[in-house]
Amino acid sequence: MIELYESQRAMRNMRRAAMQRGVVAVLDVGTSKIACLVLRFDGSDRLRETEGVGALAGQAGFRVIGAATTRSRGVRYGEITTMTETERAIRTALQAAQKMANIRVDHVIACFSGAEPRSYGLAGQVSLEASTVSEQDISRVLSSCDVPDFGEGREVLHAQPVNFALDHRSGLSDPRGQLGQDLAVDMHMLTVDGTAIQNLAHCVKRCDLELAGLASSAYVSGISALVEDEQELGAACIDMGGGSAGVSIFMKKHMIYADSVRIGGEHVTGDISMGLQVPHATAERIKTFYGGVVATGMDDRDIIEIGGETGDWEHDRRTVSRAELIGIMRPRVEEILEEVRARLDAAGFQHLPSQQIVLTGGGSQIPGLDGLATRILGQQVRLGRPLRVHGLPQAATGAGFASAVGMCLFAANPQDEWWDFEIPVDRYPARSLKRAVKWFKDNW
Amino acid sequence: MQQVKPLEPKADPAPSRWSYRYQRLMLTPLFRKLLRVGVPFCLIIGLGTAYFSNPERREAIALAVIDLREQIETRPEFMVNLLAVEGASATVEEDIREIFPHDLPASSFDIDLDAVRLSIAGLPAVASASVRVRQGGVLVAYVQERQPVAIWRSRDGLGVVDIEGVVIGDIMQRADRADLPVIAGKGATDAVPEAMAILQAAAPLRSRLRGLVRMGERRWDVVLDRGQRILLPETDPVRALERVIVLAEVQDMLERDLAAVDMRLASRPTIRMNENAVSEWWRVTKMTVGAEE
Repeated sequence: MIELYESQRAMRNMRRAAMQRGVVAVLDVGTSKIACLVLRFDGSDRLRETEGVGALAGQAGFRVIGAATTRSRGVRYGEITTMTETERAIRTALQAAQKMANIRVDHVIACFSGAEPRSYGLAGQVSLEASTVSEQDISRVLSSCDVPDFGEGREVLHAQPVNFALDHRSGLSDPRGQLGQDLAVDMHMLTVDGTAIQNLAHCVKRCDLELAGLASSAYVSGISALVEDEQELGAACIDMGGGSAGVSIFMKKHMIYADSVRIGGEHVTGDISMGLQVPHATAERIKTFYGGVVATGMDDRDIIEIGGETGDWEHDRRTVSRAELIGIMRPRVEEILEEVRARLDAAGFQHLPSQQIVLTGGGSQIPGLDGLATRILGQQVRLGRPLRVHGLPQAATGAGFASAVGMCLFAANPQDEWWDFEIPVDRYPARSLKRAVKWFKDNW
Repeated sequence: MQQVKPLEPKADPAPSRWSYRYQRLMLTPLFRKLLRVGVPFCLIIGLGTAYFSNPERREAIALAVIDLREQIETRPEFMVNLLAVEGASATVEEDIREIFPHDLPASSFDIDLDAVRLSIAGLPAVASASVRVRQGGVLVAYVQERQPVAIWRSRDGLGVVDIEGVVIGDIMQRADRADLPVIAGKGATDAVPEAMAILQAAAPLRSRLRGLVRMGERRWDVVLDRGQRILLPETDPVRALERVIVLAEVQDMLERDLAAVDMRLASRPTIRMNENAVSEWWRVTKMTVGAEE
């Protein structure tokens, strides 16, 4: 297991260096857009050691000094398919953001939505050597988790201890120093396709940047779109993106499940394009201007000019009523939501104490979506927008920037991951002398 | 004709790899600072070095500078046309004009006023001098002359000295400056103020006074006519002289045939008579003794 986390540890060290330098970029590689924010850490929040979310929901320590968005190229289903195109798009976004920030950025934290994320719940248990729980005990219990065989070519993206249990007491967030016999841990592990990570790392590297962290888009959207009590009591965040819809379930401020549905807004656009026989760009424009999912009597009389450039007058003057448009869009949106429903059911979302569902992402801006989602997903549905962070431009406050804003929070207050803990002594070859000493202590 | 190759879809605009790198470089703070400060600095230094490495150019620039300086210095505003001397007698003024090191008209930049002042003050007849350039191109030297108080007779001849004992000038004959008293002897010029005090006290003897002689660089002799001398002590010579004058007035002592009055021991003034007087004295004494016998 040790080798697996070398790259993650390296990234974490890189992130620490970036924080030390004070400037880091976050990059949201989406299917429809690539957003880049440049953050400056002023250092007021860096050394905070207290538990929980800090002042101003953990956004006091940094400020967004550069923001740029560009149309995404070469990304499908949240995965990079054409490296050079994506690299150009990343370069465009980064250059604009750097120009706005007027500072050079060397470290970037990236997130993506695709690559078939799979969640695993891990459990581990050890008996304590001493009466109190030490750092080493936590390392041991983390390494005692039996890792499932997640398959060849998959990489661990997140591995977060979500719960510690000491004897019969569960729900501990930090068991260090407590008295007990047996320490158990529940861990949530998220694996993604390794090639997607490699492709993204390669693109970032081609832009002369250091990759200082990776995150799942579903996870970071949840951080930014769910309010604190939703994260605490249990809620699901549906990030309806362009190529995929990310699902993340939060409980006790930890992500306990993440998945993604490989249908998104691009598919809706494609349906419109096919149904109305219009170019993709026109379909996108019609979708954003006139789109909806609930048809009313008014919509029959709402005639939309489709337009065209063929030169054929009849063809170019076509019109369509808004009801027809809604008729095209609604099945696809329903399909997305039903897929999400299926994932939530598979995850056992109905067993959570709170059934709150938050829709965010660019796709959540379809008018009437909340009504449709209520019918499919349950009564407790709301539309979520990312919370405001310092210096965020007005243009980047929409629901489509939930994961970008979540990346800011993720960069400022990262969750403890498996690789952030010490490697246990008995697994660490360089400490063999310590093991020898320990053996002597135990036997003599 | 239809193109065989399908038209490539127009890619979205993106910065090229090199322009992206260039922009990143330009956003590097150190590089920007280097560009803003270092490059102009190096450029100026380099160009300057390249330009001045040619000796002809260096010379031309030096020449131009000198020329410009000359032009400014020789403007009429800065020219000194006249040397005026104030407070000096004709001879001293002549001397000053003689030693004045510059040919007039000269630029006031070239005239070193301090040097001029020092050279004027270095003249024996000048006690102090101050020099300034007055408006209108006139160099004025204010001179305070030394006042001659005595004639110093030495082996080399006669010299005029002031109160500080500085020899102001030579004279050929004593009669040239009949108004001044004469002092002589080695070290006489070092004690001119004392000599002046003695001479002032010797005013009643003026008609007979020939001069003062410094004896052994420590005390004065007053020399009167007929070869008479008054030997004054080292300390308080004026008082001793006054005693002699009182004696002379009361007893006509100096009218008598004395060679010297020795006042060196204040408690025991002594007189030395001439040989003639002694013999006469003996004769008269014998005569008196004889008469008594």
